[in-house]
Amino acid sequence: MNILYLAWKNVIKNPLNLLMSVILFGLGVGLISFLLLFNSQLKEKFDKNLADIDLVVGAKGSPLQMILCSMYHIDNPTGNIPIKNAAPLLREPHPLIKQAVPLSLGDSYKSYRIVGTNHEILGLYGATVAEGDLWKNDFEVTLGHTVAQESGLKLGDKFVSSHGFADDADLAHDHAAFVVKGILAPTGSVIDQLILTNTASIWLVHEHHGEENEGAATHEEDHHHHDHGEDHIHDNSNADLLAHPEQEITSVLIRYRNKTNFQALNFGRNINENTEMQAASPAIEINRLYSMIGLGTDAIRNLAILIAIVSALSIFISLYKGLRERRYELALMRVMGAHRSGLFALVILEGLILAGIGFAVGSLVSHLGMNWAAGFLKQDFRYSFTGWKWLHEEWYILGASLVLGLIASLLPAIQAARTDINKTLSEK
Amino acid sequence: MITTKDLKYTYKGGPQLVFPDISCRASDILLILGNSGVGKTTLLHLLGGILTTHEGSVNIEGTNICTLGDTALDAFRGKNIGIVFQQNHFIDSLTVLENVMIAQKLAGNRVSAQEALAMLEKLNIGHKSKKSIRDLSQGEKQRVAIARALINKPKLILADEPTSALDDQNCQEVLLLLEDQAKAAGSALVVVTHDSRLKEKISNKVILVS
Repeated sequence: MNILYLAWKNVIKNPLNLLMSVILFGLGVGLISFLLLFNSQLKEKFDKNLADIDLVVGAKGSPLQMILCSMYHIDNPTGNIPIKNAAPLLREPHPLIKQAVPLSLGDSYKSYRIVGTNHEILGLYGATVAEGDLWKNDFEVTLGHTVAQESGLKLGDKFVSSHGFADDADLAHDHAAFVVKGILAPTGSVIDQLILTNTASIWLVHEHHGEENEGAATHEEDHHHHDHGEDHIHDNSNADLLAHPEQEITSVLIRYRNKTNFQALNFGRNINENTEMQAASPAIEINRLYSMIGLGTDAIRNLAILIAIVSALSIFISLYKGLRERRYELALMRVMGAHRSGLFALVILEGLILAGIGFAVGSLVSHLGMNWAAGFLKQDFRYSFTGWKWLHEEWYILGASLVLGLIASLLPAIQAARTDINKTLSEK
Repeated sequence: MITTKDLKYTYKGGPQLVFPDISCRASDILLILGNSGVGKTTLLHLLGGILTTHEGSVNIEGTNICTLGDTALDAFRGKNIGIVFQQNHFIDSLTVLENVMIAQKLAGNRVSAQEALAMLEKLNIGHKSKKSIRDLSQGEKQRVAIARALINKPKLILADEPTSALDDQNCQEVLLLLEDQAKAAGSALVVVTHDSRLKEKISNKVILVS
């Protein structure tokens, strides 16, 4: 028997009041906490996948789309660029470029993207081979960790790709069967969700595709068949790509030798102004994306704060209203020896308990909701989110909740402490 | 043991109430009789330190409670005075037993469920100890209120119209209970009432007139 027990009993005596306060408070806390969880994990994923890449060069279009496509693999390409146009970037050594990794996109397997590239992409994301080997010849692939886990593909397994991102049998390229040569160790970055192969495999898949759909370009197709027959580009080097100037790739990921070099700073703009390609800086585009998402989350956060204030008001009203009904109780407690400070503390505790329960419920709901949403997000973004993560910001939300509970109960508590026992007990 | 001297109280804008000096020794009973409106409840509140703005003095076991500050008075009241009110109020969210235990807690005494239950059993209400206060009849509530007033073995027990709502049989029973328990605890018992049935039963009495 102590004051906390009494406060608790008083709180649960009125289940309807309790329910209303907790639902409102929980809603406010839940929304804020959910936004926090979502934003922090999204930012973490985006930041991790920046991979120290300074510039992405691809076909003209939306720079943000190009970044989302080439770096985060959550959007479609803006188009392709002919190798002859990209040749200045790929030719080594380059005075400004330390590393240029070509990407060829367009196919996927079970909605995991197949990327035609060279072995240098592993270095960008710090990936290592866990099982088997890297791809070497046409139609050999190395799987990212998540792809291997989720698809169940093992070393030596064969599979057929489909066009685009869709997991649709109608779009399957049935001529080309890829064979799994290796599996990468997990990195926590986007490479876990990619199927890596050489650039030529992507070309070959699409030539077959092209033959089926556009019989017109026969002459060119023949030319390519000839090339691949001689297996020219199996060692995946950029020099090999340069030998096929008429072929296309989707984009090039670039790391500068020196990020602060004056020429490097103007490099992207030169490409945009003087070529048929576009260049974009991932950091700038992602910040632009944050600020766009930020507008939406700001609105939701303000709404959540409004709900939290209304819920504090509901706690205030329920305590204040309860005070009238409980004035005999409070006077009685004074008669039995409780001090004014005791009554003050009792009402404050009740407010804190209400806020505490509200926080607990809201927090639980937001974590459960995040875990539930993680399923959708995985489908839409192919990024894994989790609800079972406690952010240190959530301690601030707890603190703010308790402060709100304290403020809401302050006036009722003062009123309780001022109870005039003679007057109250003389009322009939 | 309680004594008062020159006790006067003036209601704001009302008449001044002048009370006769009273005195009640440990284990004794004092009956304060009077019709409605003569200030019985006011006197009881003055004796219990519930009302403090007055002239004169109230002495309980050698302490003039009129000189105590707010907080000291709360503590003194909790430890030394048990009050049975005319309308018995309880803490609704607590059980019968817990309502007795909270009196121990608020008085700053050791909280013992065992002692509280023993007190309820003495008043023949032990079997309702786990019940909510709301499930009790008026007579049962009265017993719980007495148990609560007695649990801390106070030096002074004040009872405001403890019998006026009860029939003859219950009136007799409650009075006996109060008498027995006050004697057992060595407390002074002051009963304030207009219930003339008690007149014959208690010899030591003061009659208030307006």
